Amino acid sequence: MSLKLPIYMDNHATTPCDPRVFEAMSPYFTEIFGNAASRNHRFGWDAEEAVENARKQIADLIGAFSKEIIFTSGATESDNLAIKGVAEMYYEKGDHIITVVTEHKAVLDTCKKLEKRGFKVTYLPVASDGLISPDDVKNAITDKTILVSVMLANNEIGVIQPIAEIGKLCKERGILFHTDATQGVGKIPFNVNKFNVDLVSISAHKMYGPKGIGALYVRRKNPRVTLVPMIDGGGHERGMRSGTLNVTGIVGLGKACEIAQAEMEEESGRILSLRNKLHKGLVDELPEVFLNGDKAHRLPGNLNVSFAYVEGESLLMGINDIAVSSGSACTSASLEPSYVLKALGVGEELAHSSIRFGLGRFNTEEEVDYALNRVTDAVNRLRELSPLWEMVQEGIDLRTVQWAGE
Amino acid sequence: MAYSDKVIDHYNNPRNVGSFDKKDPSVGTGLVGAPECGDVMKLQVKINPDTNVIEDAKFKTFGCGSAIASSSLATEWLKGRSVDQALEIKNTEIVKELNLPPVKIHCSVLAEDAIKAAIHDYQKKQGTENKPEEAMANA
Repeated sequence: MSLKLPIYMDNHATTPCDPRVFEAMSPYFTEIFGNAASRNHRFGWDAEEAVENARKQIADLIGAFSKEIIFTSGATESDNLAIKGVAEMYYEKGDHIITVVTEHKAVLDTCKKLEKRGFKVTYLPVASDGLISPDDVKNAITDKTILVSVMLANNEIGVIQPIAEIGKLCKERGILFHTDATQGVGKIPFNVNKFNVDLVSISAHKMYGPKGIGALYVRRKNPRVTLVPMIDGGGHERGMRSGTLNVTGIVGLGKACEIAQAEMEEESGRILSLRNKLHKGLVDELPEVFLNGDKAHRLPGNLNVSFAYVEGESLLMGINDIAVSSGSACTSASLEPSYVLKALGVGEELAHSSIRFGLGRFNTEEEVDYALNRVTDAVNRLRELSPLWEMVQEGIDLRTVQWAGE
Repeated sequence: MAYSDKVIDHYNNPRNVGSFDKKDPSVGTGLVGAPECGDVMKLQVKINPDTNVIEDAKFKTFGCGSAIASSSLATEWLKGRSVDQALEIKNTEIVKELNLPPVKIHCSVLAEDAIKAAIHDYQKKQGTENKPEEAMANA
């Protein structure tokens, strides 16, 4: 089989829609187009049935009940609804929220907004492996704490946080626990009861479903969680999220969850071996390649590495038939390198040199071999072009250099 | 971000990559930027002391494609120019030639700084620097 270029290896940004998902969605655009809230005719009933079927598929994947699934437009909305919804509902109980510095911006910016409204937020640090310590959560809890929000797996470095331990802690203290599980659900085992989680954000397009649809798991028993809605209207989704349901998207999310549940074990093993092959190949071929984030507690498809003395964006340019991401400032609008890598204590120089490979369901070994060759060649070429590499070869310690403009 | 054809060309075929002996009195070396900022340029000029003409130029750059292209273009423009003509090169000319977008203007500024720093280094070695304040301010 010949290799098809360009190769997609940016599956943390988004995933292609699985053809099986697309096929399941297809009739709901044109034939079964009813409004799931239309209670008195066939068109509405059929749409409602599809929605309820999907709700069950999603609930099954995370060990929840169907009624605990609220549909949203995606994980950003789910994060907003979970955090703001809890803050507004429970502010009389307390005004303190605990989260982590490496969370997604949908969580961090939401917390920052709540700070402006008078809430107090603790942003826990991470260790150099990107993981937080449950003890830090324990020590940060006060009698005013109403919510802890910690992501399941990080979108940049793929590290998996100790959710079960934090969940146990929160349950003991009677504090609600939210996890942004966008990157982890469908990729690694996750169960709301085993992990003691009360609120879970899910997105379809990170798990081979369509964009624009997501869900929020909201626990109904022990404890029964109530949220103040952000969108008011027809009282859909138990009043927590009004708006006509995106039936097509919901069917897609449901199907994506069903496939993930059936294939997760086999698939994660296959992707892990591809990831390990890529990592080993790079380290064997090139000196001074550094893994960002813990190796063991990591999503199977994630490889985030820094190629010292090579700037990330220039590397992306050199491998332009492979779609990956960089933590380099030059690839972002902010002109600051990745805040996640900085939180790990990775030097800014190495943050500028980082590349995130996100392997997924449709990547092949042939593609990994190709990427390995292309990256190795580009890094070698750019190091020949790098004054830093030259200085290091001459035995100069870059930390002793007085840089202009510092 | 889409790159201009000229940036891609300089990135794929950088001109005048390499190094001269820093200790050679006819060589001026400019090292500007910092690794933490994601850009470091080393630009060197080899100057004929009798004619004051830049006979050769070389560079090495750690930075994005636009930074590599800016320094590669600078070495092309430097060859054959007198020292005075070289000091007249403005970053805006580099921006124009390479079609750099606003977020990449700092790459052209760095290239201009590198040119001035390299020439200043040469003049220091030769003991002919006439405006050290200006050269320093731009370095």
